[in-house]
Amino acid sequence: MAIDTQTVKKIAFLSRLKIEDDKIDATEEEFNKILQWVDQLKEVNTDDVEPLVSVNENNITMRQDEVTDGNLAKEVLANAPMTEYGYFAVPKVVE
Amino acid sequence: MSGMIIEGKTGRWEVICGLEIHCQIISKSKMFSGASTHYGSDTNENVSFVDAGMPGMLPTLNEECVRQAIKTGLGLNAVINKYSEFARKNYFYADLPQGYQITQFKYPLVGEGKVVVNLSDGTTKEIGIERIHIEQDAGKSIHDISPNKSFIDLNRAGVGLMEIVTKPDFRSPEEAGAFLRKLRSIVRYLGTCDGNMDEGSMRCDINVSVRKVGETELRTRNEMKNVNSVKFVMQAIESEAKRHVETYENGGTIEQETRQFDPNTCATKVMRKKEFAHDYRYFPEPDLLPLVIDDEYIEQIRSEMVELPDAKQERFVKELGLTAYDASVLCENKETAEWFEKAANGHDAKKVANWMMGDFFAMLNEKKISLEESPISPENLGRLVDLITSNVINGKTAKDVFALMAETGDTPDKIVEEKGLKQVTDTAAIEAVIDAVISANPDNVAAYKAGKTALMGWFVGQVMKESRGKANPGIVNQILAQKLNS
Repeated sequence: MAIDTQTVKKIAFLSRLKIEDDKIDATEEEFNKILQWVDQLKEVNTDDVEPLVSVNENNITMRQDEVTDGNLAKEVLANAPMTEYGYFAVPKVVE
Repeated sequence: MSGMIIEGKTGRWEVICGLEIHCQIISKSKMFSGASTHYGSDTNENVSFVDAGMPGMLPTLNEECVRQAIKTGLGLNAVINKYSEFARKNYFYADLPQGYQITQFKYPLVGEGKVVVNLSDGTTKEIGIERIHIEQDAGKSIHDISPNKSFIDLNRAGVGLMEIVTKPDFRSPEEAGAFLRKLRSIVRYLGTCDGNMDEGSMRCDINVSVRKVGETELRTRNEMKNVNSVKFVMQAIESEAKRHVETYENGGTIEQETRQFDPNTCATKVMRKKEFAHDYRYFPEPDLLPLVIDDEYIEQIRSEMVELPDAKQERFVKELGLTAYDASVLCENKETAEWFEKAANGHDAKKVANWMMGDFFAMLNEKKISLEESPISPENLGRLVDLITSNVINGKTAKDVFALMAETGDTPDKIVEEKGLKQVTDTAAIEAVIDAVISANPDNVAAYKAGKTALMGWFVGQVMKESRGKANPGIVNQILAQKLNS
């Protein structure tokens, strides 16, 4: 499987990665190298093998329903480029 | 047959609709963090570093959210999956700080189920549940404070949601409306979601397509997101189905897209095209292990289940002798059903139901108060019915007593005693009043005897008036008939 320039651009957009035009070819090449490796992996027969989600065989640990966190508005907002009235302020999102 | 048929120029069309309902799970803390879910807190106060998507923060699953979703699944007669997995749904939006939503994709917590809905023509219809998965809610974007900025409050980010997906089983807006009301009633009974669509704690996405009657394949569907009332859901389905028919009949095609329903125009408009925006690139959530539960856990939750509206309704009909309609009205809301049960306990349940659905609800409406604020206690309403059934007061007096109860909150016994409203069942006393009425109205007596028997009602009225409404109408009728016909 190989991908083309158009797909590289689409994935970059979905991932919000800015790739300069002169880097597209190089990215495409890198992409295809990874995919070639994946193709190689696909040669292994995995019929009747369930996908492995985690190598950790423990069950998930759940927590009790208690309020133990929060009241951090100042800290939460500390790194925001822009805040107003206690909100994160972002460029207008238009639907 | 409750399906909606659209008569087009080229033939008859049927509507195919499925719903996806997001229900906010009732829990004290968020699904993956210890921040509070409290609604109405100060902006960004209920936000932990996990919710804010800070690097390195790890989610930990809230057991209550799992429990609530299983409870809801059991309430919808659904299969509970002992193995489920969390997945990442990737998309960028300002109110989603992580850049992905933790949800479930391939292996949801709850599988197929079914809900029976009651339709207005008296029939029922079974609606299939496809699945329920649990996921985190996003934050809230506010677009209308500033002309060139959007404001983000992350208090809602990370609150637990159950997404309930139905099969495309709806054939009319009415069926969808009946289902939503039923679902809302079930989650409220269970205490797993407060079901308030106008506050956004229950939100509905609608999928609609149409096809010619007789076709078996499904045509392209459109999705309408976040419709926030049962009425709007019904209107959206109707308007969208009509738009599809019109488009097809004018030679057009329907493209898969997300649309928005505007309640002001009752029409839908396009929000975004599907191909680009919906590339979510799901993959298993690396920060959370699979969720594995056992039968014992499920059975323990099952043992905590409350009686659901359908079962309660059936019991009201079978054991208390209510009509199916009365039982359904009283059971739609858990608090109403419980109030009724208290009032009916030890009294004539059918009469209590009549009083509750008539004068009592009218009184609440008039005073614009809720059931909890009622000046009349359930015990006192039951007692009022007792006073009628045991002939202490008659039906007409009961209305006056009821009005006084609503005003003062006093017991009916106290009111009857103080106002001297006890019904006169002493035949001698009633006979005396009747004799007085007869001798005072010789003309009408003559007319009656001459065949104008309709005057009977007038005589009864006179006697009731003379007795200030306290005479037992049954006895009055009986003695009057004897005297006038002799």
